[in-house]
Amino acid sequence: MPKEFRRDVFQAIADPTRRAILGMIALQAMTPNALAEHFDTSRQAVSKHIKILTECQLIRQESSGREIYYHFNAKRMREVDQWLEQFKKLWEDRFNQLDQVLHNLKPNDYED
Amino acid sequence: MKTELLLNFTVDKENKKIHVEREFAASIAKVWAAWTQKELLEQWWAPKPWKARTKEMDFSEGGHWLYAMVGPEGEEHWARMDYKSITAQKSYSALDFFCDENGKPSDFLPGSQWLTSFKETSNNTIVDVLLTFNELSDLEKHIEMGFKEGFLMAFENLDEVLEHQQ
Repeated sequence: MPKEFRRDVFQAIADPTRRAILGMIALQAMTPNALAEHFDTSRQAVSKHIKILTECQLIRQESSGREIYYHFNAKRMREVDQWLEQFKKLWEDRFNQLDQVLHNLKPNDYED
Repeated sequence: MKTELLLNFTVDKENKKIHVEREFAASIAKVWAAWTQKELLEQWWAPKPWKARTKEMDFSEGGHWLYAMVGPEGEEHWARMDYKSITAQKSYSALDFFCDENGKPSDFLPGSQWLTSFKETSNNTIVDVLLTFNELSDLEKHIEMGFKEGFLMAFENLDEVLEHQQ
């Protein structure tokens, strides 16, 4: 598996903990400590998830005074939806072609 | 010819499922044939300008469809659909994955599971496809391989057409 595959956006959102993290910081920017308090898992595990989310640019860090805050990157999330839009488009095109095939299909052209 | 036929497309990211439902203006016998016979499948399966070309087809439980998506430059992406269970003119389940030209599965791309059901309404047939992915990242790969090029190519064709019109 190529290494950059790990930073894949879909892989990032496939994990329930990472989805939960995204859900929380989408509501408000949070510090690492505040985030970690919401999870039963170790602080280390949470920061690993944050690292993955940062690597695929779903969240970004900003410093405010001495604290680091994580922000949600809505733009990147929309790109995920654009992939799905393309997949939907693929099916629509495919089905429009199937309409034509069915339209031209004579009883002798297929086995019942 | 533009008709208002039902199309539902829903994505369940949490469960890595995509549900596609589409109505067709044809009998269930015709629609079933179009999904299960290679001569017909080849006519619509690949998005233009790509074409599907069959190497092996055995539509039976335990059988498979080994085919290539062939691009306009002759480039090939091979895929295989392994048929698991079949109930004639009702449903079939299958495993779809990328492979090489001998059908050997690609080692870094696990496939998607398909459950395709057919239902007859008064004059039409509704096809229901439930796709389950191991990882949603596989979906991204599905689009990347073959299809994305297809889209780009379609745009290039359009550019050419527009150019000639000036």
